[in-house]
Amino acid sequence: MSRDVTITVDGRPLAAPAGATLASALLGAGVTHFRTSVSGEPRAPVCGMGVCFECRVTVDGRPHQRSCLVPCADGMRVETAPNAMAPAASPASAGDGTVVCDVAVVGGGPAGIAAAASAAEGGARVVVIDQGMRPGGQIWRHRTAASLPRAARAWIERAERALDGAGSTWLARTSVFDASAGDGIVLRLTGDGAASPAVVRARRLVVAMGARELFLPFPGWTLPGVMGLGGAQALLKGGMTVRGRRAAVAGSGPLLLPVAAALARAGARVVSVTEQAPLGQAAAFGAGLWSHPSKLWQALGYGRSLLGTRMRFGTWVAAAEGAVDRVERVRLTNGRRTWTVSCDLVCCSYGFVPNLELARLLGCDVQRGRVVVDGRQRTSLPNVWCAGEPTGVAGEASAIIEGRIAGLDAAGADDAAVPAGLRRARDAWQRFGDRLTEAFRPRDEVRRLAAESTIVCRCEDVRRGALDPSWTMRQAKLYTRVTMGPCQGMMCGAACTSLFGWSPGTVRPPVTGAEVARLA
Amino acid sequence: MTRPVGVGVGPERPDVVVVGAGIVGAACALALVRESLDVLIIDAAFAGGGTTAAAMGHLVVMDDSPAQLALTAYSRAVWERMADELPAGCEYEMRGTLWVAEAEAELDAARTKQAVYAAHGVESSIVNADELARMEPALRRGLAGALFVPGDGVLYPPNAARWCVERAVALGARLREHCAAIAIGAGAVRVRGASGAEETISAGAIVNAAGVDAPHLTSGLPIIPRKGHLVITDRYPGLCHSQLVELGYLRSAHGLGGESVAFNVQPRATGQLLIGSSRELVGRDASVNGAVLGAMVRRAISFVPALAGCDAIRVWTGFRPATPDGVPLIGRWEREPGVWIAAGHEGLGITTAPGTAALIAADIAGRAAPFDAAPYRPVRAMPRMHGADAPEAACPAT
Repeated sequence: MSRDVTITVDGRPLAAPAGATLASALLGAGVTHFRTSVSGEPRAPVCGMGVCFECRVTVDGRPHQRSCLVPCADGMRVETAPNAMAPAASPASAGDGTVVCDVAVVGGGPAGIAAAASAAEGGARVVVIDQGMRPGGQIWRHRTAASLPRAARAWIERAERALDGAGSTWLARTSVFDASAGDGIVLRLTGDGAASPAVVRARRLVVAMGARELFLPFPGWTLPGVMGLGGAQALLKGGMTVRGRRAAVAGSGPLLLPVAAALARAGARVVSVTEQAPLGQAAAFGAGLWSHPSKLWQALGYGRSLLGTRMRFGTWVAAAEGAVDRVERVRLTNGRRTWTVSCDLVCCSYGFVPNLELARLLGCDVQRGRVVVDGRQRTSLPNVWCAGEPTGVAGEASAIIEGRIAGLDAAGADDAAVPAGLRRARDAWQRFGDRLTEAFRPRDEVRRLAAESTIVCRCEDVRRGALDPSWTMRQAKLYTRVTMGPCQGMMCGAACTSLFGWSPGTVRPPVTGAEVARLA
Repeated sequence: MTRPVGVGVGPERPDVVVVGAGIVGAACALALVRESLDVLIIDAAFAGGGTTAAAMGHLVVMDDSPAQLALTAYSRAVWERMADELPAGCEYEMRGTLWVAEAEAELDAARTKQAVYAAHGVESSIVNADELARMEPALRRGLAGALFVPGDGVLYPPNAARWCVERAVALGARLREHCAAIAIGAGAVRVRGASGAEETISAGAIVNAAGVDAPHLTSGLPIIPRKGHLVITDRYPGLCHSQLVELGYLRSAHGLGGESVAFNVQPRATGQLLIGSSRELVGRDASVNGAVLGAMVRRAISFVPALAGCDAIRVWTGFRPATPDGVPLIGRWEREPGVWIAAGHEGLGITTAPGTAALIAADIAGRAAPFDAAPYRPVRAMPRMHGADAPEAACPAT
């Protein structure tokens, strides 16, 4: 790390590592009360990637800023909830102008990077629109290139080289809030990127929005210190320090071990690692790999950092408990027996939910929770491609392959230019993804953990007891505002589906919050 | 209480079927059940899910016509009396309305308006430029002043409709949601349930409170959908205090002209800001019209510059059931025995639901109306309509 920067938090100076996100810096400094919820509860970051809106603070006089998306900068003034006095919003730093290109890529993770590099190498002028501070998305999130795996670094450098040409741009810290795909693609943008234009017009579009974590509400899940597995990983990569803290790692899926290992490497004491899927079910997935957890740990290189912590299968978080502003212990259960583990962090999530909102807004055909694509990653719309998790959650390798195919095809490469091997590999990864999803499907018990008083919608503090299972989703929205807060249901929408079988409603612009001036 | 509509007994034949559980139908059902009538409420979806769900919930006295003034003033007073009964989820607040004047000439119009309000017993006061700046520091400088109407209120409409329906049900009414009326006539309603099965329900009286769908059930009703857009922001408590409306809004809302926008911003109990308003005659196309939305938002920012930097989290549209003369249709439908109309409230349905309900309940129960019902009778002279969805048969003169 080159040097620290100094920010002011509630009037006191705080040294933050250069390149750190504000959320990570605040967590590392022991801040547990980022914002006050609408019913008065302290809240702290959960997702680490701009989805949950729990990490909002006032930055330089602007309220409601997601601290996980803001890089620490020298002289930055931050007010957390107990001190934020509802200041008037300052005028928007509204971007201006229109950028025109051949191929627009929305999302800067592996799929978007591979698509952008492939399309630009094919001669297209490419604009990438990404929420992150740096290229990489979630899985390749990094503060310094040196911290990246070699393959990831190679792809990012390849994309940077390819986008170096005239007419190509990477728009960081920028989101699409409205889009249409008529004769040409029109994307309307919001974001803090100073150079961010208001509109991108493109001939073709690659949607590579990745996925978010699946959270299922349990008693105490709103306590500061309870976060997602991916959330913990993102916050660690963002510069969160956890030395000496006790972490309970739980939930489901292949993130469990990497996150436990990353926490241990960063100096946390991993007090428990619990996978809700039964051992047999997980084992069926891994072609023998999962049947030998210790062997798997070694194989994946996690064994050493987690020495002394045994992974339990068929075990899940029943509740998190603690003081009003921090988690202090977690109740674990295997359905027969319940026990309590003291901890300072609970990292728990249940796999992934593909980000379908942009594809749905455009009108792409979506079936069984996936954007429908053909062998060239073409959606049902003639000028829109889709790559990565929205076509079916299958991980990084699959996303790169899909991105390559989409980028080549969108740039107008002829059929022969898309190697047949890529398509075969893609199909194999999709089958892998299906098996993965099946193996780690949340059991019924974890879908029903929310008690009457458990908050389902964290933005609007809607408790489970306020939701009548006989309602439709729309009825629930109108009567309680569930899913209607700033996160737009990105957190509790899946919980509503899980608890009540409600399906998400129609998608309307703005698909993400945007300054009022951007609608003008 | 007598049963003037006759032989209604038991579930097969209620005294009254109220078609539509929007705010107007819900209020009518509650008023009717309080007349000791056996009431069945049906709705194609659920209580408060139609135009009510899209409404701003501004409880406001308006004086576009003497009829409008009488109905809004009576109704606003009822809401105020009910305030203590309303559950917290209805978010009733008496925030008052500031009718903002951009220039001195508008302030003269505001003085005229004040005189009309005063003559009707509605409290209001003229606020000069300095007072306005103190009351609402977020308004741009250089405005001429405003008319302040302190008794106006704000409500969360879907829950207000739901509460009326739940109160009615608690007092003995029956509710059938996801049950669509497909025809009204001859003392009966033809309905289609969620399963698709159809049946006929006979009743002594049928109240068509189906809002923009009312003309599809009672032919000849001069009601057309008038589309509006709304934007809601994240929470910015304290940015605005009263409902802020430009006096120019009255031009936008008056008559049945084409496309128009006006500055109309409402601070909600949650701290969120609702930004309106627009009017268009485009049939039932619910899609967001970027041009109209943009004009509406620019108008709002021109009055409250700080809105520019507030986060908008949702945009939606809705359809006001508009009539050519701007007055709702309330009362017996003389062309069809046993049918009453309670529809056509344009953008004032939330405000005027209680007054509408009082007129309907009194008429069906055979009592004297609490105020002159004549101006609202559905069969009356109307200007011709030119809307995209204008029903073929215009309403004939009585």
